[in-house]
Amino acid sequence: MNVPDLDELVRDRRIIVCGGSGGVGKTTTAAVLAMRAAEAGRRAVVVTIDPAKRLADALGLDGLTDAPSQVDGTGPGELWAMMLDTKSTFDALVAKHAADDAQLQRILGNRFYKNISGALSGTQEYMAMEKLYELAEETDFDLIVVDTPPTRNALDFLDAPARLSRFLDHRLYRLLTAPNRGVFRAVNVATQTFVRTVARVVGADVIDDAVAFFQAFDGMEEGFKRRATRVQERLRDDDTAFVLVASPRRDTIAEATFFAEKLTEGGIPVRSLIVNRMHPRFDDGLAEATHQRADSLEGTDIGSLYRNLADFQLAASREEENLAGLADKVAPAPVVRVPFLRSDVHDLDGLRLIEAELFA
Amino acid sequence: MGKTVVTAALARAASMVGRSALVVEVEGKSGLPRMFGQGTPDQSGLSYDEQLLRRGGGPDASADITARTITPDGALLEYLEDHGLSRISKRLVTSGALDVVATAAPGIRDILVLGKVKQLQRAGVADVIVLDTPAAGHAITFLRSAKGLLDAVKVGPINTQARDVLELLEDHERCQVILVTLPEETPVNELVETAFSLEDQVGVGLGPVVVNGIYADLDGLDADPTAAAEQAGVTLRDGEAEILAEAADFRRHRIDLQVEQVQRLSDRLPLPQVRLPFLFESEIGPDEVDVLARAVLDAIEVLDAEVQLGSPT
Repeated sequence: MNVPDLDELVRDRRIIVCGGSGGVGKTTTAAVLAMRAAEAGRRAVVVTIDPAKRLADALGLDGLTDAPSQVDGTGPGELWAMMLDTKSTFDALVAKHAADDAQLQRILGNRFYKNISGALSGTQEYMAMEKLYELAEETDFDLIVVDTPPTRNALDFLDAPARLSRFLDHRLYRLLTAPNRGVFRAVNVATQTFVRTVARVVGADVIDDAVAFFQAFDGMEEGFKRRATRVQERLRDDDTAFVLVASPRRDTIAEATFFAEKLTEGGIPVRSLIVNRMHPRFDDGLAEATHQRADSLEGTDIGSLYRNLADFQLAASREEENLAGLADKVAPAPVVRVPFLRSDVHDLDGLRLIEAELFA
Repeated sequence: MGKTVVTAALARAASMVGRSALVVEVEGKSGLPRMFGQGTPDQSGLSYDEQLLRRGGGPDASADITARTITPDGALLEYLEDHGLSRISKRLVTSGALDVVATAAPGIRDILVLGKVKQLQRAGVADVIVLDTPAAGHAITFLRSAKGLLDAVKVGPINTQARDVLELLEDHERCQVILVTLPEETPVNELVETAFSLEDQVGVGLGPVVVNGIYADLDGLDADPTAAAEQAGVTLRDGEAEILAEAADFRRHRIDLQVEQVQRLSDRLPLPQVRLPFLFESEIGPDEVDVLARAVLDAIEVLDAEVQLGSPT
């Protein structure tokens, strides 16, 4: 079976999702993948999760907004960049499913609704997927590269749509808003007690807001659920490639490994593993032997030079050890190692340096 | 940033000077036990029950290091049970109603965790409690939860809880935030932003900033390998001089970048700094934690001396 390398993914796929922990260079990696596609003649857009000011600067943009902006200086294709606005994506989704303007306004104005995008865990993940789906369905970009929220818990990412559907379809809501429907009558007394107790702890206002929201939302759950199912299907489509981004630190590798396992269980194969910030390997020597040599030459300049080399031999071999299990787990997906960069990325040339490493 | 490693080092530093430490972790999984030589790679999380990580540190070998997790669900169950509401507690968690409540009153999960920490502090369970907070972006939300909730929930036990937590956060004698960063451009920028947001929005006291992962300098990195070898009377293999030179150049370059970033941090944030060495041995075990803890204590000694001399830090 032919296993596509990173370059083939960038040239052939419609969607690339970059996932992994925070602080591993995920956003920059996503941008470089989109840039590569543009250089291969495709129309590519990169969607970041936050304003990513540094990336916007590097791309020569004033800032990223929730509408795509075109980046100058890449071609022959096109490179566009935008950021995910969780709140406005959610608003648009509500607008899509609302029966009429009155329902839309009732929901948008509700205090509980206003909290959802910031407070309900998994919402950002879900909206990232929703935006991806929307771009795939409603625009003619050849490639959509999406950065994802730094997810410690991989389940958040995969479960988010289902979880939100469950939330919106919550039993508590049905019990609260349909107190007299026959089937619920039996549990009703217990529920009322339950709700009263919750109200006593958090305050009645809070519960009132929630009830008002669920009432306003009535009738939209089905549409939301169907959409969530389609988004999930799209994630598992052959046209979508999931790229895992990590750093070789032991703890991030552990997180990435957990993530890879959950993705596999969820039917989403990792198509490529990118490991940023690798320490350079200057030779094949063993750290222990070099250390001994440094010890025997303690106090001399050459001793220091050996000690320095031994430090990097140790770092590099530890990093490879850390990586080994993860590489097995994502096999046959290729592992791409990107060394520590000499400086931060400040412009397109900086991104091109990473590109050269990614597609070496 | 190595937040958990620094948490371990701070707890160990406290125990070295005879203060018992409790580490509280909030995300339900942590590499902490491994750093103290406990657990296996697959089974290394913490539980809601306190666990002994290291017995008897300090001069009279009395300062233990313990650790536990406080998750919102766990804290809620305990809170409800303490308040005679155990009948609904299980149901609230298992039915998923907590999601509804947490969305109705954002910050409620965070306040449950912080409320429990406050209770532990009042109970005097350890001389110092080190809380490993959620990562950068969420840390501000986490600590701001008390203020936010006071607006959303005007009465009742959550309001009381929020008030108590806010009192703890604003009491700089009882509570300080230690921010951790790396000597690199983006982490430094983020740290400065976080520091100002925390002071403005939470009113919490900021302790020294920990800059983690500083490459130790080595004398002799500038030397020409061939000449240095000759001087010491050793012979280099073919190509070895180039390898040594290349490795030395890499370290020098990184050190220069780090010095620049540390300086930039000093310029932009008037807080004392505790600088911790980069450990080439990436597996952090008890020995590595000890190295970092000693570096913390050394840095504190220097800072104290500077304060006594009245020099600006």
